[in-house]
Amino acid sequence: MHFQFTPNEEAFRKEVRYYLEREIPKRWRELGFGLWEETDESWAITRDWNRKLGEKGWLAVAWPKEYGGQERPVMEQVVFNEEMTYQGAPTGVETMMTIGWVCPTIMIYGTEEQKQEYLRKAAKGEIVFCIGYSEPGAGSDLASLTTRAVADGDDYVINGQKIFTTMAHRADYCWLAARTDPDAPKHQGISMFIVPMNTPGVTVRPLTNILGFHSFNEVFFDDVRIPKENLVGEKNRGWYQLAIALNFERSGVAAPAGAKRMLEELVEYVKETRRNGEVLAKDPLVRHKLADLAVEIEVCRMLCYRIAGMQSKGLIPIHEASMGMLFGSELMRHLTTAGMQILGLHGLLNRGSKWAPLSGAIMRGHLASLSLGVGGGTSEIQRNIIATRGLGLPREPRV
Amino acid sequence: MDLGFSEEQEMLRTTARDFLDNECPKSLVKEMAEDEKGYTTELWKEMAELGWMGLTIPEEYDGMGMTFLDLVILLEEMGRACLPGPFFSTVVLGGYTILEAGSEEQKKELLPKISAGDLILTLALTEPSGSYEPDAITVKATPKNGEYVISGTKLFVPDANVADYLICVARTKEGASPEDGITLFLVDAKGPGITTTLLKTIAGDKQCEVVFEDVKVPKGNILGELDKGWGVVEKVLAKATVALCAQMVGGAQAALEMSVNYAKERVQFGRPIGSFQAIQHYCANMLTDVDGSKFITYEAAWKISEGLPATMEVSMAKAWVSEAYRRVTLLGHQIHGGIGFCMDHDMPLYFKRSKAAEPTFGDADFHREMVAKQLGL
Repeated sequence: MHFQFTPNEEAFRKEVRYYLEREIPKRWRELGFGLWEETDESWAITRDWNRKLGEKGWLAVAWPKEYGGQERPVMEQVVFNEEMTYQGAPTGVETMMTIGWVCPTIMIYGTEEQKQEYLRKAAKGEIVFCIGYSEPGAGSDLASLTTRAVADGDDYVINGQKIFTTMAHRADYCWLAARTDPDAPKHQGISMFIVPMNTPGVTVRPLTNILGFHSFNEVFFDDVRIPKENLVGEKNRGWYQLAIALNFERSGVAAPAGAKRMLEELVEYVKETRRNGEVLAKDPLVRHKLADLAVEIEVCRMLCYRIAGMQSKGLIPIHEASMGMLFGSELMRHLTTAGMQILGLHGLLNRGSKWAPLSGAIMRGHLASLSLGVGGGTSEIQRNIIATRGLGLPREPRV
Repeated sequence: MDLGFSEEQEMLRTTARDFLDNECPKSLVKEMAEDEKGYTTELWKEMAELGWMGLTIPEEYDGMGMTFLDLVILLEEMGRACLPGPFFSTVVLGGYTILEAGSEEQKKELLPKISAGDLILTLALTEPSGSYEPDAITVKATPKNGEYVISGTKLFVPDANVADYLICVARTKEGASPEDGITLFLVDAKGPGITTTLLKTIAGDKQCEVVFEDVKVPKGNILGELDKGWGVVEKVLAKATVALCAQMVGGAQAALEMSVNYAKERVQFGRPIGSFQAIQHYCANMLTDVDGSKFITYEAAWKISEGLPATMEVSMAKAWVSEAYRRVTLLGHQIHGGIGFCMDHDMPLYFKRSKAAEPTFGDADFHREMVAKQLGL
């Protein structure tokens, strides 16, 4: 048992921190990356930033060198993710999905041509994927998806609709789950495809998120024709590939690292702010709320480190990863709820007003936190996994 | 960053679990809750033979010289078994105080006896105020004829009814600050002037009122420096707090396992209740609380073991585990339904212990305030 990072890991952290402190302008923090605040400007910055990191081999630090990574151990990826989030670097959802989910799957199941085509470019920040999983009728019950891919000569023809497709309007490709065998049991008829977003028949319609930004979309596929070589892995085995392809870093340390930064900003705020003739930091309720959050952040950090520790040893965390996600999403809700309570009326103001504390970051974080217990598997689904996989409770009868 | 135990540590856990499963059945736990003494000499001796009393006492004093983190594993298993008796008082409160403050002579005299299981100790710290702050220390020790005379009342003294010695935290001076002027005395627990009364407690643990009436103590029985005892108390309290967290973690793990097993067996509406999502989510919340409690406790224990500053981590652990253990036992009762409300069942043992542990060495609010200070608030 050891609760510190190694000198190597600390040295890498220092290197990353030094780089980020130099390269990230203060104004970027105001832009609030990662809070679903997608604009043309934030996209331009993110895209440039990704290419810059890609040049350094830092966009996918844990990937094999042949695909543009640095083959760094899981714990160094953890350190890297912590620093990126803590320093407020642009770490878009699309980058996380591309580097963390899609490409690792291609690495395992893709053909050599597919690997050559997509992995290097992704590691250089030249391409990003959006993920075509959720449909209007398939959310938590994802395996009931109905988007169809039908073989036709050398092609597949795709018809259907996806929803809540984050960054589809920016992505170069869609990583698409589609039904290839409608007669098989629902988990056994799904395949994975790579669909270029500029293919005729792909229509992207914006959805406006709760913060008022266009970050996700509906995506329609009308007789979209893609060559057969865009199928990834084995036909009809898509569901199982998805479940296995999670062996890259998935500790979720970004949540406690970002929370720590937000907590520090709140601590500064309450030390500087007077209310009813008294500094807020002297109010026992305020003190306890912030202390409570500090404790929760620390517990979260430990749960995330456990996941990374397991991965370092070649183990596959399943319910442990669900627990990390669940805890992290609840942490962000607790943190921003407490933050809103502490800021009071001022907390309702957004950036642009001189009266908005922390440029409205707590309020925007609070709105954004609603998505955390939903996207990528709801809190309920995570709890199901913890109960059935972690504790061996019998599965609920389902269709 | 490695959150796993070593093979030796896992072995210690397995040995402890097997031993306690055999020698400390719940029937004994329940019997001892009603018993005046609260432990059996047979079990005490067997534990001493396993080397448990001297686990972290250095080898030069006949101990095994293991680390605080190792002790935490043992305490976790004791919490799981609801082990009754004065182990915590003797080894954690007594043993560490002597290790921390005792002179070489005192260590040579006392530590081997602790290791051998021949000595029962406890710490007489809190008073009727129930506070762990230094200004709450009002029991006075006054110098007279080359010795000290102690007068006053200590309350919530664990296992004083069976202790050979009490380590009394007394005020020897009204200093510039509340911390200044506090001294530790090793007092014969059966000596003249001491009246010990067993209190009726929620969990059947042996808490006592100890009244000191002109109790004479030789100067040689001072542990550590005159007037400078509070620093020692703080160090011992830090260890005791994490040690208690370890016991709580063990108890929470047991309550979780019991509840999950019950949820798998109990059938309603033609299905095991554990297949209902409501129960599954209770169990998932319990596991999350138990796992979180483990790591936050281990982190604090590891830091103490390594001699690193741990003020923040100790308080984080107690603040979190106090409430997590409560949540876990509460959900455990909910899952068990009516049967859990019966005295014969084992669930009440854990629920009561979670309650007893909550305010001990400072409740969650107390420790959140400590964390707030550490945050710079």
